[in-house]
Amino acid sequence: MARKISDTRRWGFTILAWGVALLIFFPILWTILTSFKSEADAIASPPKFLFFDWTTENYAEVQSRSPYFRHFLNSVIISVGSTLLGLLIAIPAAWSMAFQPAKRTKDLLMWMLSTKMMPAAGVLIPMYLLFRNWGLLDTRFGITVVLMLINLPIITWMLYTYFREIPSEILEAARMDGASLKNEILHVLTPMAVPGIASTLLLNVILAWNEAFWTLNLTTSQAAPLTTFIASYSSPEGLFYAKLSAASTMAIAPILILGWFSQKQLVRGLTFGAVK
Amino acid sequence: MSMMLRGLMGACAMTALAVPAMAETLTIATVNNGDMIRMQKMTKPFTDANPDIELEWVTLEENVLRQRVTTDIATKGGQYDIVTVGNYEVPIWAKQGWLAPLEDMGADYDADDILPPIRDGLSLDGKLYAAPFYGESAMIMYRKDLMEKAGLEMPERPTWDFVYDAARKMTDKSAEVYGICLRGKAGWGENMAFLTSMAASYGAPWFDMEWKPQFSGEAWKKALTDYVTIMTEAGPPGASSNGFNENLALFQTGKCGMWIDATVAASFVSNPEESTVADKVGYALAPEGAKPQMWLWAWTLAIPSSTDAPDAAKKFVAWATSKAYTEQVAAAEGWANVPPGTRTSLYENPEYQKAAPFAKPTLDSIMSADLKNPTTVEVPYIGTQWVGIPEFQALGTAVGQQFSAALAGQASVEQALQMAQQIAEREMAKAGYPK
Repeated sequence: MARKISDTRRWGFTILAWGVALLIFFPILWTILTSFKSEADAIASPPKFLFFDWTTENYAEVQSRSPYFRHFLNSVIISVGSTLLGLLIAIPAAWSMAFQPAKRTKDLLMWMLSTKMMPAAGVLIPMYLLFRNWGLLDTRFGITVVLMLINLPIITWMLYTYFREIPSEILEAARMDGASLKNEILHVLTPMAVPGIASTLLLNVILAWNEAFWTLNLTTSQAAPLTTFIASYSSPEGLFYAKLSAASTMAIAPILILGWFSQKQLVRGLTFGAVK
Repeated sequence: MSMMLRGLMGACAMTALAVPAMAETLTIATVNNGDMIRMQKMTKPFTDANPDIELEWVTLEENVLRQRVTTDIATKGGQYDIVTVGNYEVPIWAKQGWLAPLEDMGADYDADDILPPIRDGLSLDGKLYAAPFYGESAMIMYRKDLMEKAGLEMPERPTWDFVYDAARKMTDKSAEVYGICLRGKAGWGENMAFLTSMAASYGAPWFDMEWKPQFSGEAWKKALTDYVTIMTEAGPPGASSNGFNENLALFQTGKCGMWIDATVAASFVSNPEESTVADKVGYALAPEGAKPQMWLWAWTLAIPSSTDAPDAAKKFVAWATSKAYTEQVAAAEGWANVPPGTRTSLYENPEYQKAAPFAKPTLDSIMSADLKNPTTVEVPYIGTQWVGIPEFQALGTAVGQQFSAALAGQASVEQALQMAQQIAEREMAKAGYPK
């Protein structure tokens, strides 16, 4: 009897989990389906779910109109570059805050986070002028640095929470064995925090990949990532949903595949320490 | 020194000298609409004739484009050599010194051929600051079959009362056919474009000569009451979230009896590839109240004064807005697909008249638009479906939200107008009007 109840519950939870997953995934699924419709089918009412004339003409049109590969390459360089640059700064910073806390460390962390609360539009003009004066407008380097700075508080916070889970005794033992600060961080701390660092890395790649305010405003063509590629397919006059969906599908596909293959890392990183 | 080395050094020197003379890249910011996309595909004759000029297109959604280009032009960022701007921005930006005047466009450019209402709207102190790529006005697109079924005949320019009467008679809610589709989505370029021009036709301006907002006047009350009433009785459900595209989709799928909107819509609703009612569409001039409803919009190409390639940019603008370009499009894709609404010669062309059944109402609508006298009373601003002041984008959208709420039934017409009046008074005082 007890077994039956647990079976029913297990089935219930499985169905619930699938239901929730489908609900969350539905907008993406709809985008993918729409990308294979004609413009007229895309706006049909009642909406057509699977039974429409499947076509790949939207993909052909998008391919012929935009340099997809250039945008894709820019997205990869900007998102991976800003994340690696961020990790380089955030790992030592998080180490010092987790293992050598000072009186004001907590305040410092809060202050760092508060910079995320500033509306981006509020600093657009000063940033734009700085970029213009330094010749950084529409350069990969410029936008990489900006995205790194924007995500730095999150990277530091995440790493700080992971590092706090690591017993400081281990680091002390390493020090007793004569490890230098560099060796301590590089050979003792980092390997132990790999799941945490990996999930931070993945999450930040996703955040930087999706960032649409600064990438749209500070790049024009040469450094423009996939966000500008998508933005070029929306139109106030005329039908565009199918082509926009095709562009969106092409833009999210790489990150979707990356997320799919690394979901174990992501989940392990996000729940790191939760069961200890 | 060996011959080889000497030769190499000479080649190096030549390369160094040649670098500045090599291809100049023009970065062109543009919007995503059919005519602009077509132009991107048809630039070969230009690049063939000008091998030293390379074109780099930046296509953006209208609102993103506006924000991006405004930021760059205002800070003299110099990212764009040519920008696509509307006739709302051109006089404002020209006054700020952000745009370079377009003089000496070449012998065969024929600037006098540009339709006078369009040319006037793009000029400041007699100088042209932007070249129109396509122009549009508003008109009524209606279903001839439904009109006939209702036992009515559409006049060349109906009155508002005729439109309301026809809308009621054409409505068959059980068959999901709604007599009239109008913009309801909040935004200065969405519902406020329509309502500003509709109210002006009722004799309701935005401001009097002292820049005092006029929403508390009787004319505004009548216009907004009529709009909300007819949309409730004969409009589609959820009209408060319908903009141009939503109404286009409704009309194309046979759910609207009439649609009053930009003339550019005519080419979409009459295209059998995307419209199920393509062969049943009739066209009439926008309705008439105390004055005809006026509407004038042009997407233009302008050259920011911060560009580092003004001559090449001017060459391109002259080519893209020339008569020769129109003929090139006609040869490749047919006369119905040429960018409309900018040149007198196009409307005199019998081939165009034959290919575009909407040519005459479009021309008549454009020619009847008077930017300086949009309504029955004198106003201190220019603009038919917008007000030519920099504050209008924010103000128009804020007021548009009130009117959209009235359409959705969240507020009464009186409340919406009262709120609009308060918002406008506050914003105009903040901006320091009268100036």
